[in-house]
Amino acid sequence: MTAILPLWEVFVRAKNGLSHRHVGSVHAADARMAIQAARDVYTRRMEGVSLWVLPSAAITASDPGEADALFAPAADKVYRHPTFYVVPDNVKHI
Amino acid sequence: MREQLARELGDDALILGHRLSEWCGHAPSLEIDLALANIGLDLLGQAQFFLTLAGAPDGRDADALAYRRTEDEFCNCLLVEQPNGDFARTIARQFLFSAWQELRFAELAGDADAQIAAIAAKAVKEISYHASFAGDWVIRLGDGTEESHRRMAEGLDWCWRFTDELFAGDAAALRPAWAARVEATLAQAGLPTPKPVRGITGGRVGRHSEHLGHILAEMQYLPRAHPDAVW
Repeated sequence: MTAILPLWEVFVRAKNGLSHRHVGSVHAADARMAIQAARDVYTRRMEGVSLWVLPSAAITASDPGEADALFAPAADKVYRHPTFYVVPDNVKHI
Repeated sequence: MREQLARELGDDALILGHRLSEWCGHAPSLEIDLALANIGLDLLGQAQFFLTLAGAPDGRDADALAYRRTEDEFCNCLLVEQPNGDFARTIARQFLFSAWQELRFAELAGDADAQIAAIAAKAVKEISYHASFAGDWVIRLGDGTEESHRRMAEGLDWCWRFTDELFAGDAAALRPAWAARVEATLAQAGLPTPKPVRGITGGRVGRHSEHLGHILAEMQYLPRAHPDAVW
């Protein structure tokens, strides 16, 4: 059965205020069925308050072969990290 | 009166929950396996609440009622003890039952008995999901392939004769709303409403089909062989 059903990626919002995070995927014939399957597979232990599903086919992934070109140049650019400032003690949540 | 009602509702939930647990590891897909097991566990939760209530006056807990009664002491409706059959028949049973249960529990949520009302109010949310899950599958299968349509129609035919029993006694008033929901779903699924048949009843007074004995043999084996065993 799963062989004939398209794949959907599932995102769960753990609680209000947090962003939806990718948790896995389900097979389903359409969006409504995907939401039901995602609810049953990924939120049965109170993992979330909101679900997103989207067709896996809609995702464009970066090419692993281009990983060096895309990501390696960031490795030696420490000055892109905001670590050269002293954060005052009274400033919270940074 | 209250204990009898709690026992009927608890036994419905216990036996159907057990039936659904039989799908675990056998369902058509992982998603459906988990969905059916989830519904079964929801029902088991309801059974625990209701059987606790039902056993309280005699000092018996839910386990005592679940594991130490014989089949003629169970008063679940006959529909829930029917074998799973294929996936379509399981869905037919679930839809017909959950659609009824949703109406019944919505009504009981306003019951004069505070404990019955509280359990019903808590459970009606999950039941509403069960009914919509099963209803969606009735439509998918009915409106699917030639084979799925045939199986869905056969599943409904099999279950239909056990639906009269749901409306015995003070549940009779729920019938028009139930029939309207079922007919609307079947119409959307392109399925005929099963022809009226002579209803089979008796579950509420302990007269069961041969299937219940087999369920209990499996369900009660361990506690009867090893009384008071713990994990």
